[in-house]
Amino acid sequence: MADKVIKELTIKVWRQKNAKTAGKFETYKINDISGGTSFLEMLDILNEQLINDGQEPIAFDHDCREGICGMCSLFINGRAHGPDDDITTCQLHMRKFKEGETITIEPWRAGAFPVIKDLIVDRTAFEKVLQAGGYISVNTGGVPDGNAIPISQDDAEEAMDAAACIGCGACVATCKNSSAMLFVSAKVSHLAKLPQGRVEASRRAKNMVAKMDELGFGNCTNTGACEVECPKGISIANIARLNREFLAAKIKD
Amino acid sequence: MSSFLSSSIGKKLIMSLSGLFLVLFLLVHLILNSFLMFDSTGELFNAGAHFMAMPVIRFGLQPVLFGGFIVHIIYAIILTLQNQKARPQKYASQNLGNSSTWSSRNMFVLGGLVLVFIAMHLMHFFVPIQIQGNVHDDYQLVKNLFTNGSTGLVYTGLYVVGAILLGLHLAHGFWSAFQSIGMSNIIWRARLERAGYIYAIIISGGFIIIPLYLHFFA
Repeated sequence: MADKVIKELTIKVWRQKNAKTAGKFETYKINDISGGTSFLEMLDILNEQLINDGQEPIAFDHDCREGICGMCSLFINGRAHGPDDDITTCQLHMRKFKEGETITIEPWRAGAFPVIKDLIVDRTAFEKVLQAGGYISVNTGGVPDGNAIPISQDDAEEAMDAAACIGCGACVATCKNSSAMLFVSAKVSHLAKLPQGRVEASRRAKNMVAKMDELGFGNCTNTGACEVECPKGISIANIARLNREFLAAKIKD
Repeated sequence: MSSFLSSSIGKKLIMSLSGLFLVLFLLVHLILNSFLMFDSTGELFNAGAHFMAMPVIRFGLQPVLFGGFIVHIIYAIILTLQNQKARPQKYASQNLGNSSTWSSRNMFVLGGLVLVFIAMHLMHFFVPIQIQGNVHDDYQLVKNLFTNGSTGLVYTGLYVVGAILLGLHLAHGFWSAFQSIGMSNIIWRARLERAGYIYAIIISGGFIIIPLYLHFFA
């Protein structure tokens, strides 16, 4: 069956030349978009149109376009990764939008994620948090060594659920406080649940939280909006674990 | 220790602990207030009020209670200011309605309104009873406020509104306090949220019923 075609859409998009200049919204019309078009493909079509009209195309982040790399972002109609659950923007389809609708597209907005150009933000802050402790610094051996350590199914599942975080930043973008707690808690949790990561757990929790605070992310107020908008469905139960890990580590000091 | 108290999680721990302390206080307060409904001579309530005015409570526990309020308010201001600063450029359109509850997003506003209510409440009862010390029948003082000809209904309404605001604050605050301490997981989260709603309904419902009872039936 042929996909429904949306005859006309109005795209209201944030345009910003570079990090130093002030940006503003621009409005474009786009016609005949099939419902099976992905959101990023729609932007590609719009960019073709802009190039043909001799205008600067809209800059946006993307890479794998299959929901696993964490590069795509976009705040669409007031929601991170747009109006669908448990997906990234590249997995969002135009059938989610109505005929004649005005779609507002904004970059992630957070002090720690400055806009580089148009819809692209600098997410280096996440890398800095990871560099503060999101790794295991001892040699844990190869696959046979890993398989030789018994780990309960529940722990393995929980660690894998936390490890599903792709670091896209939707949690920060959605949070009314621009808090990075969901990201940091996922990165702390997936290692804290495993024996290889346990060794450095205290140091990791302290250093990553300290870096997160230093980079200007807000304080978590447990609204739970992050887990709803997270494309990987990371639970805020991880935030409780991070709080536990951090408080236990600080008490030991 | 200084790095602990200046960290985001450390500050939230202080919010949680002071919040849970105030949550406990509310229960004690409600139990004492319920005496208003069980004895129309006022003897029971006056005995309770008298007990709470004992020096050990008045000079021992009351400063701790005020301290709890002050710490909770100061840290709320610090955390909220930091959170405001974390997003210098706001969104033109942000739709949070389907991802979080209204009360969870408006804790500071709700807390502020509850504080305004508490200020009025202290003027009504705490100041005349404990500071001016010219009240002999506490029960009559309370009853008069809610039954007095022209203003009785207004104050009854204000106290009902105050209790509703407090209930909304607790609806998020109760479970949130446990989450911040780290005492939550996938299973306990649902339990704590439910317990929070039940607690909010008990406290807020209790504080709504008492002025209504005094206004219409006492």
